[in-house]
Amino acid sequence: MTVGKKVLELDNIDKTFGAVNALSGIQLSVLAGEVVALVGDNGAGKSTLVKIAAGVIPPDQGNILFDGEAVVFRGPMDATRAGIAVIYQDLALCDNLSVVSNLFLGREIQNGIPLSPLNEEAMESKVLELLKELNVGQIREIDIKVGNLSGGQRQTIAIARSLIGEPKVVLLDEPTAALGVAQKVEVLKLIRRLADRGIGVLVISHNISEVLEVSDRVVVLRLGKVVANFETKKITSDDVVAAITGSKSFN
Amino acid sequence: MQKQGQVVKLWFRSQLTADFSVLPVGISLLLLSIIFQTLNSRFLSGENLANLISQNVPLALIATGSVLMLLIGEIDLSVGVVSGLAASIIISLNVSKGWSPATSIAIGVAVAAAIGLSNGFFVTKFGLPSFVVTLAGLLTWQGVQFTVLRSSGTINIPDGFISSLMSTYLSPSMGYNFALIAIFIYSLSIFNNFRKRKNAGLKPRSVRGSVIKILLLAFIALGLVRLLNSSRGVSGALVFLLIVVSVIDYITRRTRFGRNLFAIGGNLEAASRVGINVKRVKVAVFIIGAILAATGGIFASSRLLAVSTQSGGSDLLLNAIAAAVIGGTSLFGGRGSVWAAILGTLVIGFISNGMDLMNFGSETKLIVTGLVLLSAVSVDSVLRSKYRKRG
Repeated sequence: MTVGKKVLELDNIDKTFGAVNALSGIQLSVLAGEVVALVGDNGAGKSTLVKIAAGVIPPDQGNILFDGEAVVFRGPMDATRAGIAVIYQDLALCDNLSVVSNLFLGREIQNGIPLSPLNEEAMESKVLELLKELNVGQIREIDIKVGNLSGGQRQTIAIARSLIGEPKVVLLDEPTAALGVAQKVEVLKLIRRLADRGIGVLVISHNISEVLEVSDRVVVLRLGKVVANFETKKITSDDVVAAITGSKSFN
Repeated sequence: MQKQGQVVKLWFRSQLTADFSVLPVGISLLLLSIIFQTLNSRFLSGENLANLISQNVPLALIATGSVLMLLIGEIDLSVGVVSGLAASIIISLNVSKGWSPATSIAIGVAVAAAIGLSNGFFVTKFGLPSFVVTLAGLLTWQGVQFTVLRSSGTINIPDGFISSLMSTYLSPSMGYNFALIAIFIYSLSIFNNFRKRKNAGLKPRSVRGSVIKILLLAFIALGLVRLLNSSRGVSGALVFLLIVVSVIDYITRRTRFGRNLFAIGGNLEAASRVGINVKRVKVAVFIIGAILAATGGIFASSRLLAVSTQSGGSDLLLNAIAAAVIGGTSLFGGRGSVWAAILGTLVIGFISNGMDLMNFGSETKLIVTGLVLLSAVSVDSVLRSKYRKRG
């Protein structure tokens, strides 16, 4: 694994909703090729932070730096175009469409002339190549409808879809929350492989053992502030729990 | 034997879990043909089929629009009235005012398109349910239709372009040529697909399946032309319908716009998150549906050689939606094919026409059509829930 320069940096981000300080003075960076886990109790501000990075809501204060340059996202499409892919918990797949159609939804390969046919063959080849690269053996048929796939396979498809646009950063919101044990293992391996491709990965998770297994760094949010920034190999799950609950100070 | 049973079972399963399956509606059509043909040997005669087709071309055109609406998870209750209003405008301009058929048709179709735009505007701009918007449209546009026809009530259509729409027939050899061209284009597209997949190094599709599909199309097309040639021949209206449906089928299955329709019907949130302009696509579908309704209205007036305050009324709207659903289009959005419009219309037409031949009244026809619709929806729902959930 090669960890490179900062691809995404949130610099001194504040966000309030009415009287509630959802986030204050957030400092967070993700390097190319590393997996950063974002943990915290319910209401700590994890989802708000992801929404800001994804361009869904703007920050009140502070800058988003992408590849070292300050960027302003006016909507989620801006973030996508810049190279930030987000995989929400609901996955946002169309069950009635095939694996190939889902992966290329909204960016089908076509010659640009309106109403000319889609290049199905090119899309199918690209999907086969991508799934092979990601080493996901469990999806053999790619013209099958996504509604017929298992939870783990659907998560895999959602992750693979985020890669079609060749993003530099991938944000995952609770990717393993609804999965069985074997499927969880597969998805964690896949997240690791994303980092191996040089992508900066930010994972939100509740599951501490999983966080320790997959991440290089753990960032802990508590009441809208970053209270700890651990290197994963130097800590135990007790440290993470202590930081989340605030029973011990790490700064 | 064991293995063959397995293959058949797998085929059935793939049919039932497919996006759109012709299996249920195909079986219904087969059963209905057998029943009515046994009860009255005139049922499958060229004469009767020609009648059946001319009775149902308008319905099939309107139902094609209903399929598109259902695909995006919306419904348009104003299509019946829009077909009647458009026809009334066109005929009153053409006959009462003496305008040319082309100008009259252009204006009638433009009015329909504007109604579609208005429906789409209220649905997408204010987030109103299409059910309510188009119900309001049904009442409003019916009032407008009555106003258009106020002075005369009924306008008869003299001989001319519009009356000829339903009374033009291809010569026997032209009929066969049309069928051969259709078979040729279909075979060519399948062959092209094989070539492209081979060039891209992809797994080829089943050769046997493709050959069976081509043979089936050839059998149906040539058989139908032969039957119709024994009477008046293939009607121009049928040719028009088949071309329209083929073009829309291509758009829904092979273009980005079509892919967007399925995505919106399948998962609206997902579609808008990937940047599909959901509102624009929806408005476009409302407009296309209204234009198809107007087209159906023109053909209906051409068949009856008149427009009246009854045009586009009665059970036309309900049959258009029923045809789409009986043909295999899901009421829940995202699943179906425009061919469902033709197949579903055929089921409704078979029942209506077959019962006419046996001198049943319209009360029995309504009951039977209602039961067929109910069973179509039930079968669809039960089979889907049984085969779709996995993992």
